[in-house]
Parts: sequence; structure tokens; C-alpha cells
Amino acid sequence: MEKKVLLGNEAIARGAWEAGCHVAAAYPGTPSTEILETVARDYRDIRAQWSPNEKVALEVVAGASVAGARSMAAMKHVGLNVAADPLFTFSYTGVNGGMVIINADDPSAWSSQNEQDNRWLARAAKLPMIEPSSPQEAKDFTALAFDLSEQYDRPVIVRITTRIAHSQGIVELGERREVPVRPFVRNPQKFVMLPAHARPRHVFIEGQLLKLKEYSNTSGINRIEWNGRKRGIITDSVAYQYVKETCPDDSVLKIGMVWPLPDDLIREFARGVETLYIVEELDPFIEDYVKALGIACTGKEIIPLCLELNPDIVNRALNGKGNEAAFPGYESAPIPPRPPSLCKGCPHSFVFNVLKKLDLTINGDIGCYTLGALPPYSAMHSQGCMGASIGMHLGFEKAHGLEMARKSVAVIGDSTFVHSGITPLIDMVYNKGTGTVIILDNRGTAMTGHQDHPGTGVTLMGEATHELDLAAVVRAVGVKRVVTVDPAKIEEFERVVREEVAAEEPSVILSLRKCILKK
Amino acid sequence: MKNVIFAGVGGQGVILASKILMETAMNAGYDVKESEVHGMAQRGGSVDCNVRYGEKVYSPLISKAGADYIVSLEMLETMRKMEYLAPGGTLIVNREKIDPAPVQTGVMEYPGDIEEWVKGNVPGSVFLDTAGALKEAGSKKALNIVMLGFLSNYLEFQESQWIHAIRSLVKEKFIDMNIKAFSLGRGLKAEA
Repeated sequence: MEKKVLLGNEAIARGAWEAGCHVAAAYPGTPSTEILETVARDYRDIRAQWSPNEKVALEVVAGASVAGARSMAAMKHVGLNVAADPLFTFSYTGVNGGMVIINADDPSAWSSQNEQDNRWLARAAKLPMIEPSSPQEAKDFTALAFDLSEQYDRPVIVRITTRIAHSQGIVELGERREVPVRPFVRNPQKFVMLPAHARPRHVFIEGQLLKLKEYSNTSGINRIEWNGRKRGIITDSVAYQYVKETCPDDSVLKIGMVWPLPDDLIREFARGVETLYIVEELDPFIEDYVKALGIACTGKEIIPLCLELNPDIVNRALNGKGNEAAFPGYESAPIPPRPPSLCKGCPHSFVFNVLKKLDLTINGDIGCYTLGALPPYSAMHSQGCMGASIGMHLGFEKAHGLEMARKSVAVIGDSTFVHSGITPLIDMVYNKGTGTVIILDNRGTAMTGHQDHPGTGVTLMGEATHELDLAAVVRAVGVKRVVTVDPAKIEEFERVVREEVAAEEPSVILSLRKCILKK
Repeated sequence: MKNVIFAGVGGQGVILASKILMETAMNAGYDVKESEVHGMAQRGGSVDCNVRYGEKVYSPLISKAGADYIVSLEMLETMRKMEYLAPGGTLIVNREKIDPAPVQTGVMEYPGDIEEWVKGNVPGSVFLDTAGALKEAGSKKALNIVMLGFLSNYLEFQESQWIHAIRSLVKEKFIDMNIKAFSLGRGLKAEA
């Protein structure tokens, strides 16, 4: 069998391809981005696309599934928040062709605004969630997810974390299984979620979860690795690898399906060991469940809630010893940190220099330009989630009146504007805001690696397509003051910012200059 | 089990160096795992890769005091990884300084005594001058491969195994340059 070293995300793309996936959609977001990039590069018999945001991606994928195709959406953890609305209701409709959602959590928030634990979303949405612990399992579990989805009529979530997405390992490759697209059969009771249809679907999916719990108990996806009976450790995802590394003499219950959890297997395991430990990253998801079964165990008393785990943390918690540095620490001077920073000549740097000079309050957004919050610019004062800058900017004005809008701006990137900046701009016009929005148009989704979006005129598959005219969109929602300016023309840019911020009506400045890293 | 950390600055190519090592180890019959950093770290930030190979590898991350080799492509980055060097481990450092943002803006100073301190505290550490090899290879971008070439002297694989891996992972038009860079690195004189 052919073997290859693959990144976790590449293995997921391979797994989808081998399972006969027909359609895939995503919005880029670290640590999930390489999944669709790999599909588009290596597995072009899957129709893959960037969508404007995760909600749309999930809806396209749900449509493909309901229509009969095997389909996959991929997104980072906070992307699943954006897509939560379709997630919760397509849980009710279920699927036709297999539907798989790859969810990439980011413990330690390496590239994110929070460390949320999306295992809770699977439970809340009543969806099965499976968790690979290695690149090999990333491939195998993704392929399995399509079968489970069709077998149990559930969208299936595959949860990875940064250490699964961005670690490499040896993967055994298989061939593509050609799965025909199923016919679409009209069935409003299943696919139109009127209240009268939703109520019986709720009953149906509760029944499916019971069947899945049986699968969780008996299929082998969750498995006991008996060893010494003194200690037993229940663990999932990459934490399993740290446990195997540091506690080779203990018994382990390896969780591969984290929702629904396997009650019988947990009870059997707990009975078989003297003391039970739970080793999981972030929240006590498994631990709370085990305790609710009436089983005593030790978890977050010794395993941190915050940041990702590593072998040293697990070793110290379980064995009371972590490795210590073998050499003395360097103490003659502080070691300067090397934080990420805007590149030399970055278009955003021109913008932030001007905004800093004018001492404006800046409502920021998500992209490379969030680095404007750091020195030497220190020019961002609020930022939360994709698209929040414009709504927050209006909120600032509603809180403090027109004067606030005369000394503040919102900044948002081109890709982020298309993702979720258009509706709040409509709100600003509709509710008589007078603020200024600067769209930092650097012609791509730079932070995640220059992916295309509707404004670049190129698809994920590399085809030319309609290029969304951002200025026309802005005018269409009712903004009359729209100026396009190159921020490298510093004096002109400053003049435009002064004029637009002073104007007592909504305005948009399109700060147009290509990212210097983009060819 | 062998544990290798490649450390450097975003854009120096530590991921490719790791991939070539992994490919070489896999072809030699070992299990291999690696962990790397993407995203924010690529905007000129610190980057490192952990590579582990052996009979069976569980964790993709190397423990503190667990690295047999740390290959650092930049002086300062060496210091961030020191706690990972195993007793008796080998430190291989490219004698190059790239100022981080706080040094560029004058807020902090680039420590001046790194080499002196390392030589005094870490027996068997090696500092390399790579400028000549890079000039001969024809590209400064080959630094990662020059450093990998030097590391290869310490590992059990044959030169042909390394070159096989380079051929399968590097873009066609860069293969010859990279093979040359690898050989130049392998031939560099260690200066203890």
C-alpha cells in the first residue's frame, strides 16, 4: 500500500476524496485552510469552492447533500459559530448524500480570537462528532464520516485541533470509491422545516442519537486499551498521543466518537481500573459527562482548562514529573520577542500611520490588519469577530452621539467585508449612522495565505468569474460618499480620511492597494 | 527515537527542511511525526518544527529536554528553544542575526553575547557561517537545505537517501540547486 507523509489537513482532503465526496465548500480560516486548498490542488474531481462565509459554505454543502451528493464543509471553530444557524436546523432535516463538517478548534488560540471548545456544539446540535488523533485517523475518520452520515441520516462533524491540522505523519493511501449522486426525492416533511415538520423530526433525531450511542459503544471507534489496572485514563484527540507517550503502563479508553459518548464502555472501563482520570484539552466535556453517569474521576483538578496540552503538562499532572531544561537559562539580557508584524511596505501600514497621526478611535476587524493593534501603530481599539467593526462603529455612535463618529473610523478587509460586512453597512445607512468605514482592499484573503474571494474575480479552482465591485455594493446599500484611494499616496489618503470623517453622513473609503506578498 | 527541532523566522523554510527529513526517515522504514506552526507566526514571527522518528511515535510534540538536535537558522531563535535541548544534545546554529520588531524599533536590544554564552554552557554546540555555501549554491533561499545538509552528518541516513527525498519534494526547477546546497552544507566545517 502506498504511504505518504501528509499534514493532518491534507489527510482530511484525501479522506474526502477516497470516500467519493462530490462537493466541498469553505471559507479560509487557520487552522482549517489547507483542507480545501488541498482538494483544489490534488483532488479536482471534487467540485470545491470558497464561499463568502462559513454560513453560506454550510448551506451550499447542505444543498448538495439534500440533492443527493456527498458533500463536505470545512471551517475553523469560530466559523462554525457563523454557520450555527444552518447547523442546528440541517441537523433536523438530516441528509440525502453524506454530509460532513470539518471543524478545526484552536486550543492556545494560535491564530484565533478565542479558545472555544466546539464539542459542546455537537451536543447542542444533536450531531455525531468524531475526533481523529493523528494524520492517519484524520483520513480514515473523514472517510468514515460520510458512511455514518448516510447510515444514520445525520450531518457528521469531524473535530480536529491545531495539533491535528498542522502536524504531519505517515498515511496509508487508498483509492477513490466512486459513489453515484443519489436522486433528489421531494419530501417536504423531511426537508422543509415548518413547525409541524420540525416537531416529529426532533423525535426522529433523538432516536438516531440512541442508535449512534450504540455505535459509539460497540463499533470500536471508541476502544479500551487494557494495560495496568491501577490507573485508567479516558482521553481524546491529540491528548491521546500525549497519554500514550507519558503513561505507557496505564489502561486507556481512547475516545474517537466524542458525541454521543459510549456510556456502557465508560462504565466497563471505570469498573476495570482502580482510579479514573480524564485527560482532555479545554473544557471538561468528557469529565462532566462521566461524572453525570455517577462515576468518580479526576480531570480538571490536575489538567489545565486553558491553553493546549503537551507531553510535559500531561506527564507532570499524571506522574508528578515533567522534564526540566537540561541547561541553565540565559539571563544576561531579556530575549526580544518576535511577534508577527505587518510586512515592510504593507498597504495597511500606510493606513495605520495616518489613523494614528489623526488619533482616531478605531473599530477593527479580523485579518492581517488586526496587527495594527500592536506597536508601532497601536491603532486599534475594538475588535471581536468577523465583520464586527462596522456594527460596533455604529454602536459607538449610538452610545455617544454624532461627535463620536467625527473622531472614529471602522477598518475592515476586503475579504472580511464580503464575509459579513455588508449587512452591518446596510444597518448603518438604515439607522442613520454617519460614520466612516475604511475597506482595506488588498485584493485577497491575505492573513490565511492569499485565497481568492468574490472580489478577486477568481474561484478556488482557478477559474475566472464575475469580480464583485465593492464600490458598487457600497453605493447600492445607500452610501453616497464613496472614495477610492491608494493609501501609499499618504497626503491624499490623509486628506480623504479627514474629509470623510468630518462629513455628517455615512461614508466608505476604499483603500485600494495590493498586498505586497501577492504576485 | 530521534527528536529534531528546526527553529527560524517565518519565510526561512523550516517546514521544507522538516519535510525532507521526514521523507528520508519514512523511506528508511521509521514511523514519523511532526508538528508545525502556521498562520500568525508566518508574518515574520518565530517558526519552529518538531520532527520525531523511530519505531513508533505517539506525540507530535517534543518534550522539554527531549531534542537530540536543535537546528537554528537564526541566532536569537536558538535561545527560545534552549529548554528543549536534551542532555548531550547537539545545537547547530546559523551565525545570522535577523532583528525582531522590538529591536528594529529600538525598544529592545539584540543580545550581543549569544554565541559566547552558548559555547560556555552547551558543550558540543556548533556555529556555522553559511554565507559562502549560499553564494556557491546560488540562492540565499537555500539556507534551510544547507543547514539540513550539515545536520545530515549526524544522522544515520546515506547521502543518496537524502537526495532521493529532495527529488521527491522540491519543485523540478529547484532540484539541482537544492542538491548542491545540501552537499555544500554536508561539507561545511564545524567550528566548535
